[in-house]
Amino acid sequence: MRFIAERLLTDDTPPRLIGGRNRVSGRIVFPCPSSDEYEPLPLQRHGTLWSYTIQRYRPKSPPYAGPEKFEPWPVGYVELPGEVIVEARLTGVAFEDIKIGMALELTQIPLDSEAHDPVMIFAFQPKDPGDE
Amino acid sequence: MNDVCVVGIGIHRFGRTDGVSGLEQGVVAVRQALCDAGVEWKDIQFAYGASDAAGNPDTMVEWLGLTGVQFINVRNGCAAGGSALFSAQMAINSGQFDLGLAVGFDKHPRGAFNALPSEFNLPDWYGEAGYMITTQFFGTKIMRYMYEHGISSITLGRVAEKAFRNAVHAPHAWRREPVDLATIMSAQMVSDPYTKFMFCSPAEGGVALILASEKKARELGKPIIRLRAATMRTRPPGSFEVFAPSLDINRGWSATKLAASDAFKIAGIGPEDIDVAQLQDTDSGAEIMHMAENGFCRDGEQELWYAKGFTEIDGKLPVNTDGGCLACGEPIGASGLRQVYENVVQLRGDGGGRQVPGKPKTAYSHVYGAPGVSAVTILER
Repeated sequence: MRFIAERLLTDDTPPRLIGGRNRVSGRIVFPCPSSDEYEPLPLQRHGTLWSYTIQRYRPKSPPYAGPEKFEPWPVGYVELPGEVIVEARLTGVAFEDIKIGMALELTQIPLDSEAHDPVMIFAFQPKDPGDE
Repeated sequence: MNDVCVVGIGIHRFGRTDGVSGLEQGVVAVRQALCDAGVEWKDIQFAYGASDAAGNPDTMVEWLGLTGVQFINVRNGCAAGGSALFSAQMAINSGQFDLGLAVGFDKHPRGAFNALPSEFNLPDWYGEAGYMITTQFFGTKIMRYMYEHGISSITLGRVAEKAFRNAVHAPHAWRREPVDLATIMSAQMVSDPYTKFMFCSPAEGGVALILASEKKARELGKPIIRLRAATMRTRPPGSFEVFAPSLDINRGWSATKLAASDAFKIAGIGPEDIDVAQLQDTDSGAEIMHMAENGFCRDGEQELWYAKGFTEIDGKLPVNTDGGCLACGEPIGASGLRQVYENVVQLRGDGGGRQVPGKPKTAYSHVYGAPGVSAVTILER
């Protein structure tokens, strides 16, 4: 198991996404640009769904590195309050239950669920009410 | 500054033309435009050519004639055609030239555009994870807009229904069969909330416009159609663009709003003065959102506008009278110029079954593309 790219997640347990904060304007972006104008900033793990769609056809390869066998998946933008809105896969929720404004938390899922040694990507899932 | 007039227009049918290269389709359009203007290729003093995926436009001199003409290639995403036109009008506006060409053509493979992260200053993982997909952007942008402004799915369907209905009367359009609302709504879902009829497809086609100074236009004896404004702008902070791994919490303006407000300022008129408009409609929601971004209505008013038919050929602001991208498809280099072509047709009164009634005097065109480029023109008869 390996993560899809380096320098996206912190070493914390559970890990957090690493955004970038502009040293002058304070603007926060994700991922953290390599330029010196941005300093790395661990982002909060919880947010709300800002918008979404369902990817219902297999993206072209390259660049898509997912499995040949395709099942539709949801993708959305998640607002991390006061920080930034990040694009991510949604998981652990039926398509018809996805609602803008729903509470979400960061997790990781395999790009190919049937792979022996899967590449992991970040995703958001409905927040466990007991987890803060 | 010289006033700039459109004195000749030409188009190669959009859609799929097997066996004819994109460049050849551009050449067909140029020859038609020269003929329409009543000039010869040797009279053309300069050219700007747009193509995203069909080769270098300047190589068409091989077909048109080796006159030594200055010919500059433009590659600027979906705004390529608009950028070529913008550049061409500057050349005349400056007083340096009197007669020139803006041409755009393209030929894309079937299926969605195949964008690579490196071309957009993005990391490889973004594409590997499956996010280099324009339809995801279209879906998420309209989903948020519907949530914020109370737009219903049926309104998305009405946009597509209008597009195919208008295209029946546009000989250059690709999809010229009407499709009823029920079929549009129940068709295969591609990227929610859009069914397959609510997206345009990459396609082929070519468009050419001959531009002239007003003095030259009068010499040619052509009806005077002035280019009152041509603007091209890139994105401001807080905009929502194609291929965005993150968005700012503080939402801002768009490239479209900048290009539109500049164009109205230059032309000295307002959205209420426009008689016909061609707005970028890569997806049916894009037309809806661009109605507001260009200033033609307020956010949320589209629900009423489309229920009442305000954007139909005989409505108060006819929009995408030739079926737009939804019915013509999107050959990137040609798409923005098609809008201007259609506007000239409308201002000349040559629209046939799709002619806007009441002799329109002003016409507006708008393109938008990745990652946050937009071009607007305003024509006046």
